[in-house]
Parts: sequence; C-alpha cells; structure tokens
Amino acid sequence: MALGGRGTSGRIPDPLPWPSFVAAWRIAAVLAGILVLAGLAVTWGSVRAPSVLLATTTSTRDSGLLDYLLSHFLEDEGISVRYVAVGTGQALDAGRRGDADVVLVHAPVAELAFMAEGHGLCRSPVMRNEFVVVGPTSDPAGVRGLTNATEAFRRIYGSESLFISRGDNSGTHIMERQIWSWVGIQPTASRDPWYKESGQGMGPTLIMASELGAYTLADDGTFFVRASSLALEIVVSSDPPLQNPYSVIPANPSRHPGVFLAGAVAFAKWIVSERGQSLIASYTVDGHQPFHPTGEDRC
Amino acid sequence: MPIDFEILGIVWLSLLVATTSTLIGSLVGIPLGAIVAIKEFRGRNFVRTLAFTFYGFPPVLAGLLMFLLLSREGPLGFLGWLFTPMGMILAQTFLVVPIVMGITISAMMAVEKRLHETALTLGADDRQWRATALHEARAGVFTAVMVGFGRAISEVGAVLIVGGNIRGSTRVMTTAIVLEVSQAHYVEATVLGAILFVISFAVFILLQRLQARGVV
Repeated sequence: MALGGRGTSGRIPDPLPWPSFVAAWRIAAVLAGILVLAGLAVTWGSVRAPSVLLATTTSTRDSGLLDYLLSHFLEDEGISVRYVAVGTGQALDAGRRGDADVVLVHAPVAELAFMAEGHGLCRSPVMRNEFVVVGPTSDPAGVRGLTNATEAFRRIYGSESLFISRGDNSGTHIMERQIWSWVGIQPTASRDPWYKESGQGMGPTLIMASELGAYTLADDGTFFVRASSLALEIVVSSDPPLQNPYSVIPANPSRHPGVFLAGAVAFAKWIVSERGQSLIASYTVDGHQPFHPTGEDRC
Repeated sequence: MPIDFEILGIVWLSLLVATTSTLIGSLVGIPLGAIVAIKEFRGRNFVRTLAFTFYGFPPVLAGLLMFLLLSREGPLGFLGWLFTPMGMILAQTFLVVPIVMGITISAMMAVEKRLHETALTLGADDRQWRATALHEARAGVFTAVMVGFGRAISEVGAVLIVGGNIRGSTRVMTTAIVLEVSQAHYVEATVLGAILFVISFAVFILLQRLQARGVV
C-alpha cells in the first residue's frame, strides 16, 4: 500500500503532508481516551459511596445469614456494608493490614492475639454454632453417636479412614488441629495418605468429603445448608469443647487511621443489640437454626 | 441465585472493568510497542523478551502483587483502592499492557523490513515513517487489542484477590462462577458461564465486523 493518499506524486516531495490515516489514528486515540475517562468516572462513582467493609468467614456467607442481616442493618441504620468472605486467618489479616473496617470471625485464640497486637478497638461476642464431625453413612471408623470428637479422631486415625482437612488456617482448621493435638498426633498430608488437605472453604471441602467418602470437621450451620446435596451425616456432635463462638471486632483507628470507624462501631453495636440478636435467633435454614445468639455489647 | 438484576449488574461490571482496562492497556501498550519495534536502543531485545514472557504472567500472581501494593499497609494503600473496581482495573491493566505491547511489536516488525526503504525513498521523515508503520500493522494491532480484551474478560485470579468478590460491588462473572461452584450451585454457575461466553462472542463479532468493513 502506498504511503497515505496524497503528496507522493512529485519526485522528492518536500515536506510530505501528514497522510490522512493519521487523523483516523488520532481520533481513535482520543475516543479511547474519552471512553477510559468515562469508564473510570463510572467506576469511581461506585467507589465513592461510603460503606463499611466487613471481613468475615465463609460460614456466615454460605449459611445466608450475612445477606439477611445486612439488608436489615441497611434498613435500620442506613449504612451499607460490603463484605469479603474468606477464612478467619485471612479475615483477621485484612484487619491487621487496615483493609477492613470491622471483622466478624470465629477463632478465640487468634482473636486475642489480634487484640493484644492493638489492631482491634473492642471485641464483642455475637453468636455461636457448633463444630460437628461428619462422615459417610457407612461409618468405617465406627464413630457414630459419640459425643467426644477427640475419641472420634483417635478412631479415624486408628482405622486410617479418609479425612479431609480444610488446610487453610480458617477457624475450622484451627479447631481441627486443636483436636488432633488432644489426640496427641499431628497428621500431615505428605506423610499420612489417609489425611488430605483441600485448601478450600467449608462448602467445597464438604463436597470433596462427600465424593470421596471421607470424614471432616464442619460447622453445623454450613453443613445444614448443604446437607441435602451431600452423602454425609453428622456422626459426632454436642462435644462441649466444640462450641464455635463468633466475635465482632471493629478496627482500632489509632492503629489504622483510614478506617470508617463510625460505620464499623455502628455495625458492631447493632449486631449485638436486641434487634440484631433476635434476627440471628429467628434465622433458619430448612428448619435448622444455624446460629445461636450470645451477644454482649463490649464496644 | 435468581436470574435477575443482580446478574445484569455483574455482567455490567465485568464489561466495564475489562473494557476500561483493555483501553488503558492499549493506549499504553500500542505506543510502547511501536517504540520498541522501531527505535534501535540498548536492551531492546531484552524488553521484547520481557513483554513476551509477561504474556503468560499468572493472573493470580498479578492479583497478589496488586493486593500487596494496594493494601493499606502497601505503597499505594493511601488510594483506598483495594476491594474496589478501581483496583480491579489496575490489576487487569497490568495484565493487558504486555499482551498488547508484545503483539504490536511482532506486527510492526513484520512490516518494517519491506516498507522502511520505500518510505524513506518517498521522503518520509522519522515521525511519518513511524505513523506509517503503525498504520500498516493495524490488523496486528487490532488483534493485540482483541487478545488483551479476551485476557481481561476471562481472568479470575487477579479480580478475585484484588476485588474480593464483594456482592453488588466487585463481583464479576468469573468470580461469581467460582462462588457458585464453591456452593455447589452448578446450574447457576453454568448459566453464568454461558452468559460470559455469549458476551465474549458478541464483542468479538462486533470487532470483526468493524475490521471487515475497513473501519480498522
């Protein structure tokens, strides 16, 4: 193709005019620039609205409780809450980095460390559910009906029955390692072929356990939500140390000046208020109540 | 998940983020690619190799880097872009730039040899020559933009880590699919996947039409 359309007829044209296509390129670039600015403006607009960022665990999302609570919170207080649902370890880390305004988690030991490091403003108990051992109906380790998870884990270990660990440093995973330490062993995926780590949330781990006919430790809230699609049943429950308490912790503004403190504290106070607690108590999934209110305002 | 306005919002955000990052990536990547293709400078081959290497840059690693950069503890933490669409655009731009740049380099180097002498003979100066080479390579440059968009609309690792998959705020089609699968909602996940595919298909048909009509 020739060099542009015009100005090429002379022997050595001097100087050449800019070929016509250059204008087209310029228009394209300007158009792209305008589109970028428009896109950024629209995106920016969606960022500007002030909202609380809540870092929490997958169990509160997967049970449907969060969406239910947050829509009521928006109605009551006019504050919208955006949440990231991750493992407790990652949720606390979001608070530690100042990326979250408030956290709702379930790992008392890790929470106390979080408070001791000065990242939390205050810590209020909110609710509890229970950890249960779930497994295949064939029950190869013979643990059905036990009320002692430590004994159940000992039998799973003794029979080398397949066990799926979350392996993600979540509250559930921390609890599971605690139980293994009561048994007196620390199984690892590399050494023990019956012990596998999913590295995923509660839902995917339950699916994996169901598919492989394995035991796993689950919070009963998530299990009830999923039970209908799983070939698993609760084999061990009502073990007192397996209570699973949830706490709410607003970030400490003296440590993290960027946080939306008013909104975070409003949420922490609302969820343990009579209103928040009665909403938690009345929330059911398939006839089961996944969370039991234990709220107490310490903020 | 019901098929409703929430899905429309998710589709809209996917297109907004992917299109904006592709356009920014093109505005940065095409000129950069043109310079690397035409200018002789020390380390030019290294830059080219680097751009090609970044084709295969894992989105999840880009997500991690952007997460550390945008976290309040990080160097760009003051922006407050973590867990926002702005952060997602930044992360995807980071993925798109090397793709657009690399393909632009390849396309322009293909035209360079046969055209350079002709242009000089006809009296083009350096800037005119660069513009001409870019124009001659336009089909390749267009491909670069399309591949960049394909990368942006389909990746999940970066937007998941940087965006956080927040409902009604940073949830896009790919992260919604991950969530639905994790909740064993396979029907919903498949529907979302089909929507993603149809939208990508429509966008590429549109772009191809533009190309066929000679607009580009």
